[in-house]
Amino acid sequence: MLSLEQGKPLFALVDCNNFYCSCERVFNPKLENRPVVVLSNNDGCAIARSNEAKALGIRMGEPWFKLRDLVKHHGIVGLSSNYTLYGDMSQRVMQVLRGFTPDVEVYSIDESFLRIERMRRLWPSYTDMGQAIRARVRQWTGIPVCVGIGPTKTLAKLANHIAKKNPQFDGVFDLASYRPAQLDALLAKIDVGEVWGVGRRIAERLKHAGIHTVQDLRLMSPKVVRAHFSVVMERTVSELQGVPCLELEDIAPPKKQIVSSKSFGEMVASLEELSEALSSYVTRAAEKLREQGSVCGALQVFVMTNQFRTDGAQYSNGIVIPLPNPSNNTLDLVQAALFGLKAIYRRGYLYKKTGVMLLDLAPAGQTQASLFDPLEEQAKHSDALMSVLDGLNRKFGRDTLCVAASGTTRRWVAKAENKTPCYTTRWGELPKAFAR
Amino acid sequence: MSSFVDLNGLSTLVPIVWPANPGKPKETPLFLVKCPAGFPSPAADYVESGLDLNDYLVKHRASTFMFDVCGDSMRNVGIFDGDKIVVDRSVEARHGDIIVAVLNGEHTVKRLYAAEGIVELRAENPLYRPIRIKEAEELHVFGVVVGVVRNMRPCSR
Repeated sequence: MLSLEQGKPLFALVDCNNFYCSCERVFNPKLENRPVVVLSNNDGCAIARSNEAKALGIRMGEPWFKLRDLVKHHGIVGLSSNYTLYGDMSQRVMQVLRGFTPDVEVYSIDESFLRIERMRRLWPSYTDMGQAIRARVRQWTGIPVCVGIGPTKTLAKLANHIAKKNPQFDGVFDLASYRPAQLDALLAKIDVGEVWGVGRRIAERLKHAGIHTVQDLRLMSPKVVRAHFSVVMERTVSELQGVPCLELEDIAPPKKQIVSSKSFGEMVASLEELSEALSSYVTRAAEKLREQGSVCGALQVFVMTNQFRTDGAQYSNGIVIPLPNPSNNTLDLVQAALFGLKAIYRRGYLYKKTGVMLLDLAPAGQTQASLFDPLEEQAKHSDALMSVLDGLNRKFGRDTLCVAASGTTRRWVAKAENKTPCYTTRWGELPKAFAR
Repeated sequence: MSSFVDLNGLSTLVPIVWPANPGKPKETPLFLVKCPAGFPSPAADYVESGLDLNDYLVKHRASTFMFDVCGDSMRNVGIFDGDKIVVDRSVEARHGDIIVAVLNGEHTVKRLYAAEGIVELRAENPLYRPIRIKEAEELHVFGVVVGVVRNMRPCSR
C-alpha cells in the first residue's frame, strides 16, 4: 500500500517546532531552556508554547492572567506576538526549503509540503534527505523543524506527528521505513483525532462508532465512510491508504491562519495584473474569515517567480502588514494587501504566484477597541456591507461583487505590551552583539 | 509609519534595496525592444544593473542577519562600537573567523581561536582577555561575521 514506485508522488511535510517561540529564541538566547509562551495580541491567550511551557501543563488558548501563579513559581516568559518577525523567519525557512526543491507548497506560516520523489537519488534514503533538510533549516535560520514523509499529504502529516512525538526518530520519520506490520502497530497507538482534517467533533463521532485509532480508520472502506460521514472523510481514508486525492484547499486549515493563493496559468509581469489576482484571493480569504467568525490582526503577502525555470531571473519575497485594528472587512484587507504588494513588487520579473496569509486570528467581537477605532456606526455599516457582499457572491458566484480598491492610508500598529523588537526588519531594532 | 524599513537590506521580507543612487531603489533595467520569448537578446550580457551592496555582502538572504555592535573589544580589526555587522549562519565557523557566539545568554562578537586543542574567543583589543571554552563546555556559534557596515553620516539617514 505504501510502496514507493518511481513516478508516484511522495510528500514531505516540514513543520517548524513551536514556531513563534523558536523565532523569539533565535534572537534572545536567555529564553533558551525556559518556559516561553507567546500570547495573542488582543486577548492575551497562549498561542504558542515552548516544550518547557507545555511540560508545565499550559494549554493552547489559556489566558495569561490565569497563569499568574505558574509565572511566579516557574518564571514563565510571556511575550506578545510579533508577526513581523514570524513572517520574516517563515520566509527564510521557505527559502531554505526551496533550495532543496522548487516544489514547495506553503500550507501555513510554519508548515510546508515538499514534493520529493524526484530527489530520490541524491541521498541514500529519504530519511537521510529529511535529516539534511532539518539540519540546514536549523543551521541557516535557527529554527528547529520536524519532517514527515509519506505518499500522500495526510500520511506525510501523520509521519510528521510521529517524528515530533517520538524522540528516537530524531525529528524525521519516513512511513516507508517501517515494514507494514510495524506500521500497523504504530498507527494503532495513535488517536484518530490526530489525522489531518479530523476535527474534534468528527473524532467524537468516529469513536462513538468504534473507530478510536488511526489504524481503525485506515482499515475502513472509503465508501462506508462516505455514506456515514462526508466526501472529504472518504478522501481522508483513501489518503491514509496511500491514494493521494486531497488538495490543500479541501482541508480546513488550522484556525490560526488562512491561506489563499494560486499559481497563474500564464506568467504575470505587471503590478496591475498581480493586484487584480491578489485582490480576488484576499476577497476569498476574507470570506473564509467571516465564515468562521474571526478577525485578523495582520496579513502576509507573497510573490514568487517560477522556480522551475532556470532561464529567467528569480525573485521571491513576502511582507507582513499589521492592521491598525483587527478586521474581517474585505475592503480593509484588500487595501492592506495591495499596500504590501506594492512594497515587494519588482519590475522585470515574470511572476508565477501570489497569495495572502491572514495571521493573528481572533474571534470577532472580542477584540479590544483602540484609540483609532472607526466609529461604531461605521463598523455597523461595514458589517452590513460585508454580509451583502458575501450574500451576493454566494448567490451569483464568486467575484460577482468585488473590490476595486487601491491606494493606502495611514496605519497604526496595534499596541502590544511585551512585544519583542523587529530584529530582522528595522534598522533601529537589530539584535545586539556585545564586544566587551 | 509602516512596520518595516525602506532600506532594509537583509530582511527577506523587504527586498534588497541598497541604492547606489540615493533615494531611488534599485530596479532591474527593462528592455524596450520586443524580443521573442525564449530567446534573450545577446545585449543582455552587456547591461549593467548598477552596484548593489547586498550582492557584495550577502550570499544567502535566508541565513544572513544583522547585529548592532556594542563595545570596543574588536576595534583592532575595524569593528567599532555602533557598527552594524553582517552575520551569515550558513558559513561554518573555522579557526580565525570572526564570529557571533552565544555567551551567558548574550550574543558576543569575537575572533574564534580553535587550534592546538584550545578553543578561545579572542578580542581584538589588548584590554580584553581571551575567553577560554573548557572541554566540557559547548560553544554556541550564531554565525560568522562576513561584513561590517558603517554610515559615516548617520544623522543624514
